[in-house]
Amino acid sequence: MKALARREFLEKSLKTGGAFGIATSGFTGQRSEAGEAVMPATDGASEVAVTLRINGKDHQLRLDPRTTLLDCIRETVALTGTRKGCDHGQCGACTVHVNGRRVLSCLNLALMHDGNEITTIEGLGTPEALHPMQAVFFACDAYQCGYCTSGQIMSAVALMKEPCGPDDAAVKELMSGNICRCGAYANIVAAIQQVRQRA
Amino acid sequence: MHNFEFIRPPDLATTITAAAQSKTAQQGADVRFMAGGTTLIDLMKLNVETPARVIDINRLPLDKIEATSDGGLKIGATVRNSDLAHHPTVRRDYSALSQAILDGASAQIRNMATIAGNLLQRTRCVYFRDTAMPCNKREPGTGCPAITGSNRTLAILGTSEHCIATNPSDMCVAMAALEATIHVQGPKSSRAVPFGEFHLLPGNTPQRETVLEPGDLVMHVTLPPPVAGSRQVYLKLRDRASYEFALASAAVVITVSGGKVTRARVALGGVGTKPWRSPEAEAVLTGRPANDANFRKAAEAALRDAKPQSENGFKIELAKRCLTHALRTALTS
Repeated sequence: MKALARREFLEKSLKTGGAFGIATSGFTGQRSEAGEAVMPATDGASEVAVTLRINGKDHQLRLDPRTTLLDCIRETVALTGTRKGCDHGQCGACTVHVNGRRVLSCLNLALMHDGNEITTIEGLGTPEALHPMQAVFFACDAYQCGYCTSGQIMSAVALMKEPCGPDDAAVKELMSGNICRCGAYANIVAAIQQVRQRA
Repeated sequence: MHNFEFIRPPDLATTITAAAQSKTAQQGADVRFMAGGTTLIDLMKLNVETPARVIDINRLPLDKIEATSDGGLKIGATVRNSDLAHHPTVRRDYSALSQAILDGASAQIRNMATIAGNLLQRTRCVYFRDTAMPCNKREPGTGCPAITGSNRTLAILGTSEHCIATNPSDMCVAMAALEATIHVQGPKSSRAVPFGEFHLLPGNTPQRETVLEPGDLVMHVTLPPPVAGSRQVYLKLRDRASYEFALASAAVVITVSGGKVTRARVALGGVGTKPWRSPEAEAVLTGRPANDANFRKAAEAALRDAKPQSENGFKIELAKRCLTHALRTALTS
């Protein structure tokens, strides 16, 4: 039997009346015409149509203007690899790439990004064919709880194309926007340096 | 977050006309330009800013860095901080600016934040950011709890009895020392604002932070040609080595000839209610031997009028040492 992901379990529980005996409010697994999950609208009248290109695929969406790129990616397009940490630009867990550069998806409105090429952790590699940075994070044990890891990896992949000195201090400086509360920093730096040395 | 109308006018004229309908261009504006979003979206989530209309200016043609005919540099309003910091001309001729930008925020935020947005960066004062607290900047007349409260990171220069909020920008400190000019297009005319006149002291109106009026759009910033033989340093002191605001910082641009300082431009960060140019320090330095004793005298002059708050008296000596060390580093660079 295929194991259910936590999110799938919650979705199914809520749809069938609630495993915890709660009302079917919140994320109820609505689907858009294209089949993607859709966040319940808070104010339908003010929704704006927008096409976002995420991981090479166009998504035609109707969004409340307040929707951040992060909430759009997680709740509307249902790509939940991108994490919400602080939601105020202080932790880096929500890091994604826009036109190849790393940005914080929590401090961007989704509507600002029509026509841009957005890449999330799901667009980097697959469980069968990991991106080299994903593989080396695994090999170096560069995480503990894993919550910050997708943001760390998105930052690390972008760092490869940025001006960065050869030593660990330069890597630490350029990774300072990604907080790891488990403190896996030593292994994160080691992982990034391994990929850089191979490059 | 309060709901708003999101618009993206096709050109500059429509953009400015739309913004001119705002009652103010200052705190609480009902129409806001959005560029990088790094300050504004944060404050909108906190309900500190509640615009009814947000104008996306990211697609306007304001993203170029160009040489000017006089040998200076013209920097478009929506140039990203990282692009300016890594620009070869900036690294070569305006190294204090490059260093200041790279010392600020994180790599992700520098990729998003724009030059105009950095000019308009808002204070990190915890009372300003918390709508449950009084704050004269956010709600004029409600009081300033920072004066008797948590003020370790707040200002010691340019404060008033109504506001002691620090200007948090690093970039602005370097631009003050480099004598940048801010070019503004308004609904009726354009104007060039010298850097030192752009930001306002809090005085009795801490809600007014700049000279901008409704419809005013920062178009670009110009830097004068680099001064031949000048040496530049930006030095930032903070509670941790990266991704932290300054407790004290100094930007210095000095020219030394025959052991004497012939020209000096000095600005401080992390200590003022606005980016803090110090003509007092410049006067002490100019014409005197470039040595530690005179550097310290310049620092004493820069901090002469400093007024410590209950928790940040340490900043006075910290800022003096910061400036002295920045000058020493410039001399040997």
